Amino acid sequence: MPKANVTFEDINVTVTVPAGTRLIEISEKVGAGITYGCREGECGTCLMRIVAGMANLAEPSMLEDKVLKELMAGRHNRLACQAQVLGGEIVVRPG
Amino acid sequence: MITGKAVEIAAEVYWIGALDPRLREFDIILKTANGTTYNAYCVRGQHGVVVIDTVKASHADEFFTRLEQVAHYEEIQAIILNHLEPDHSGALPELIRRAPQARVYLSHRGQMMLKGIIKDEVLEYIPVGTGDTIDLGERQLRFLHTPFLHWPDTQCTYLEKEGILFSGDIFGCHFCDTRLFNDKVGDFRAAFEYYYAHIMRPFREHVLEALALIEPLPLNLLAPAHGPILRDSPDSYVQRYRQLAAPLLTNEAAKQEKTLLIFYISAYGNTTRMAQAISEGAETVKGVRISLYDLQGGEVSAFVDLIEEADGLVFGSPTINGDAVKPIWDLLSSLALVKVRGKLGAAFGSYGWSGEAVSLIEDRLRGLKLRVPVKGSKIKLIPTDTELEQCHRFGRELALQLTGQTEQRFITLDELVRETNHA
Repeated sequence: MPKANVTFEDINVTVTVPAGTRLIEISEKVGAGITYGCREGECGTCLMRIVAGMANLAEPSMLEDKVLKELMAGRHNRLACQAQVLGGEIVVRPG
Repeated sequence: MITGKAVEIAAEVYWIGALDPRLREFDIILKTANGTTYNAYCVRGQHGVVVIDTVKASHADEFFTRLEQVAHYEEIQAIILNHLEPDHSGALPELIRRAPQARVYLSHRGQMMLKGIIKDEVLEYIPVGTGDTIDLGERQLRFLHTPFLHWPDTQCTYLEKEGILFSGDIFGCHFCDTRLFNDKVGDFRAAFEYYYAHIMRPFREHVLEALALIEPLPLNLLAPAHGPILRDSPDSYVQRYRQLAAPLLTNEAAKQEKTLLIFYISAYGNTTRMAQAISEGAETVKGVRISLYDLQGGEVSAFVDLIEEADGLVFGSPTINGDAVKPIWDLLSSLALVKVRGKLGAAFGSYGWSGEAVSLIEDRLRGLKLRVPVKGSKIKLIPTDTELEQCHRFGRELALQLTGQTEQRFITLDELVRETNHA
């Protein structure tokens, strides 16, 4: 199965995960500073910044796209409860 | 007395809100000895009428009675929603039915909430941000994006030239007095301070951002969504917010130092010994100021003030009947008044049987949006020297995390899951 390396820049931890894993499944377990509210892609609490590897994440769903727009998020932002890794190297940090 | 009457607060600007003098508790969390008001406003211009906010649904009749005294429904060109909480949007669905031609203006973040209020009704609305305006002919309304005061959607609307700021809940308070204006009503200072402490304080950073937008504005009148209309010295209320948004306690640690607070409570002294070992371990890292507090001898409110300014929080509790003990929960349930999001959190404790306290505290810390990067430390009954060494390392690891000195770590998801399950 293809793997991806996700680095949480704020705590300096890199986790190797299978493709298809969502960020929410990893970030809390390693204790990264990304925090969650509704966990369903609605409230925008888990907004994170993709420092590198944006193309290694699955495209945002319509719901996520809409919430990102309403949050006036930048093009380097994604919601950690929605974003799914595809492979390769990804570096993230909170907000 | 203003009962049943709209009140002109400036030329062709009217208060059309509602009075709720008998309310004694607002939103479950606030005491309201003097009741409250739901302030809505109507601004008349050459191109029509704008309604700013509405009232709680139970008081809609009062609002419509006042509105009808100063405008016809067909004149209403715009409805501005500075804040969509039900005490301000309660009469909105009916207002839309009576004035279907009106365009609704709200913040970008208000859109989702509006859908929660109007549900399946079809409604056109215009999201606005700082600098967007509504042209009323000879007068103009300008929007200020002031989110999280105290909901994500909140905004202010400024009537140019007249210098009137419709500020939503900012500068508001729960104080019902039919004399309406700050220079006429009874002494509402305590209500003003209480409102800030409970509603605005958790959002201090956003208060500062909003003040940066508000302070440059020439102000003749502040028109908040609750309590007296501030026409006498409106600037003094802006200045008071600036003072209130300053930290309550001055952090004496040097600016480059991080602060780590260890709160603990102990039945037999075992959790106390752990706390001391954790503190000593943390002390080995430069740049961290560590403080130890026994919850048995402390008042929650004083600890809340300390927590607001701290960088890291550690909680130690024994496990009694499968739970952390009440003083821990009393403190952890009092943190809604301050911002703790993103702070470092950790838990530890001695236990006799099953030791659930540590993971329950960790879950609560995550729920409060703290980051919990170091797995909690649990010790069965009396800690041995080796176990106290573990506590020492735990304390050191927390201090390293706090100062950003941890070495890069590589781990697989499987290992991570195993680690978490064995916590």
